[in-house]
Amino acid sequence: MSDGDMKQPIELLTFKLGDQEYALEIMSVREIRGWTKATPMPLAPSFMRGVINLRGTVLPVIDLAERLGLPKCGQNNRNVIIVVKLEGHMTGLLVDAVSDIVALGNSDLQDPPDAAGGNGMHVIKSLTVIDERMIRVLDLAQVVVQAESDAA
Amino acid sequence: MSSTDPMAEIRASFFVECEELLEALQDGLCALENGSDDGETIHVVFRAVHSIKGGAGAFGFDHLVQFSHQYETVLDAVRDGRLPVTPQLLNLFFRAADHLSDIIRAAREEENFPVQTSAAILAELDAQVTDAAPQSPPEEIAFAPVALNLDLNIADDVALHDDAQAKRFIIQFTPEPELFETGNDVPHIFAALAELGTLDVQCDTGRIPTLDLLVPEAVYLSWSLVLQTDVDEAEIASTFEFVEGLCDLQILPEPMAEMGAPYPENKSKLPSSDAPNAAPLQVDQPAPSTPTDTKKKTVIRVDIERVERLVNLVGELVINQAMLSQSMQSAGLSPHSDAMNGLEEFQRLTRDIQDSVMMIRAQPVKSLFQRMSRIVRETSASVSKDVRLITEGETTEVDKTVIERLADPLTHMIRNAVDHGIESAQSRVANGKPAHGEVRLKASHRSGRVVIDISDDGGGIDRDRVLEIAKTKGLVPTDAKLSDTEIDNLLFMPGFSTSSNVSDLSGRGVGMDVVKTAIHALGGRIAIQSTMGLGTSFSISLPLTLAVLDGMVVDVEGETLVVPLNVVSETVTLTDQNVEMVRSGCSIVRNRGGFLPLLDLGELLGYRDVTNCFVDRIALLLTLDDDMCVALVVDEIHDQRQVVIKGLDDSFYRAPGIAAATILGDGQIALILDPADIVAHAGTSEKTLSKHQVLEAHA
Repeated sequence: MSDGDMKQPIELLTFKLGDQEYALEIMSVREIRGWTKATPMPLAPSFMRGVINLRGTVLPVIDLAERLGLPKCGQNNRNVIIVVKLEGHMTGLLVDAVSDIVALGNSDLQDPPDAAGGNGMHVIKSLTVIDERMIRVLDLAQVVVQAESDAA
Repeated sequence: MSSTDPMAEIRASFFVECEELLEALQDGLCALENGSDDGETIHVVFRAVHSIKGGAGAFGFDHLVQFSHQYETVLDAVRDGRLPVTPQLLNLFFRAADHLSDIIRAAREEENFPVQTSAAILAELDAQVTDAAPQSPPEEIAFAPVALNLDLNIADDVALHDDAQAKRFIIQFTPEPELFETGNDVPHIFAALAELGTLDVQCDTGRIPTLDLLVPEAVYLSWSLVLQTDVDEAEIASTFEFVEGLCDLQILPEPMAEMGAPYPENKSKLPSSDAPNAAPLQVDQPAPSTPTDTKKKTVIRVDIERVERLVNLVGELVINQAMLSQSMQSAGLSPHSDAMNGLEEFQRLTRDIQDSVMMIRAQPVKSLFQRMSRIVRETSASVSKDVRLITEGETTEVDKTVIERLADPLTHMIRNAVDHGIESAQSRVANGKPAHGEVRLKASHRSGRVVIDISDDGGGIDRDRVLEIAKTKGLVPTDAKLSDTEIDNLLFMPGFSTSSNVSDLSGRGVGMDVVKTAIHALGGRIAIQSTMGLGTSFSISLPLTLAVLDGMVVDVEGETLVVPLNVVSETVTLTDQNVEMVRSGCSIVRNRGGFLPLLDLGELLGYRDVTNCFVDRIALLLTLDDDMCVALVVDEIHDQRQVVIKGLDDSFYRAPGIAAATILGDGQIALILDPADIVAHAGTSEKTLSKHQVLEAHA
């Protein structure tokens, strides 16, 4: 860790999807909720898990693993929904488990290698390593907004 | 949030005021037009324009000031009787009012208003006053004083009637304990009053209890005063300025004619216990009425966001109450237990609160109708037809959002009625109709919905021509045989416009299909009726509010769904006898001698695969617009209930056939169906299917 570049630390919420670890900028996260049964939307794309009742508002929930093309996360009671807000719209992301909140300097984040290509790579903004584990930082706009146009 | 800028707030409230003033102006002009004015009307009209001018001056809207000044000058001439009210003048006034509202809108939107557009109308206004100028100045309207008979048992003993300016006021003054607590004292006030003129004071000690009941801090005294003075009532009232709200005060002018009875010899500022029979002031006659005694309803302006919040909270309350009742039922409480009775009461209260909250959002359709009268004026002028708008049921109240979103469709329909519906004056006269056309706009409440009828007494729909156009445009097959209703409904098809000469008013590519879509979006229905030679009428039926919905709660494949109750006409159990399979995935049901297509809701929503066995299942018979009927198969019907509509975030994923969502008693979300959309969706998926079949056949 370099100490010179800690001027703009960012805080990340890390969570697990299968055996991989992902992270989101904490500023976009509104709250974390336990799993509740979602009401499925008819004829929706498969990653669209349905809608849940978030204190009186209707919150769409995306199965993040499905959205990223990962093997579907094992359905159990320990799954959580991360509620994120992007451009005034609230969305729920279904993940396996929330791990930690970490603070990093900008220099700790690396751009994902261009060569990686592939479909999933667009949603990953940067990579970082914590305790020898690779963490993928998601580009929320890509995950949510892209999902919108896919669904439309 | 720029609400911290105090000037912006004041400015905003000026524009709100302008809206009200413009409405009063319109009202006044309408009253003048149909002769229902009461002599005060022209003053109201004048004041409205004058107030706008005043406000505009304060904010530096120069053009607005200039225009309203000219307008006001002409109105002033009418007010003074220098200018007679003629239909031509009224027409000018109406146009000026429209123009005025344009200028105000431009000022509000901070747009640059093209000043030169006012030139023509300003010149017309100017011409009116120049014409009127040579006339002799008006005679002063003699003021007829109202003879009042105040039956008073007190009067003046000061015989100073020779002073013509002197007026007598009877002041009834009852201080509250707070008056003394705040350090005020009665003698000071009376001393101040005495400086204004001759003052007689009488104390009423009748309410003083016996000593054992006397509370030291309580006030038992009241005073009756007679003031003879040459100042006016306002000045007297100002004496009591400091004790406003701390006392019960009445100031009544007393007529000069009714004086004479001797004043009881009991003048004291101090309570004297030896005057127990001092009668309190009795005013049997009502307070003298002033000419402007039109009782105005007290209204408050509330930020719409606060109302929205309240509506949302009440929505929550309804949901919570449903949850509570569900859990109490499952707890196995006896229906006659106190808790259940209490719950029932709670339910009733919730319903009442909900209704009351919805009423806050409700507004009379008047403002909307006023806008329409302008549309009629403008449209009829530009197509040179004489058309009158007759409105009915202006006080009918509808949700604010509905009113706002109704403006565009209604404008379009009114324009259509004037432009296409009403014939030219010549052909009207030739057909034995009056030369001027009539467009009627009527609002009414009917069985929990608002119905708005727009009708004209024009030529009606030329069905042969409509069909011909639809055929040439390829909207219907050339060999189609359509019923009259079907032809009428062709008007609502996209890409249909009958007017052979496209005017600049209607027929700008925005057809009746847009109107229909807009009405649908509001949860409404539109129907058309036309009689050749007699006119066309459209009927729009709308829900009272967009926040709650009466729905039928049904179950499909374990999912709970809500079907809007207003489309459900009946329910049937399907049997061997009444279901016929046409081909796989396409069945029909026979009901009351008619055949209806049978749609499986579970299949349409992708919850299950195509089934062909519907025996013993339940179907809802839905009646959609244009009298289209379908039968919708569901698994189970739970109950009918009022649900709170929660909007779905459409930006994310728009589910076909789903209008919105609601939250059930158990906290789960249930989707609310959009029946018209789901049927349309069924139609398209079938079409794509047949297209596939065609391709397969070719391959």
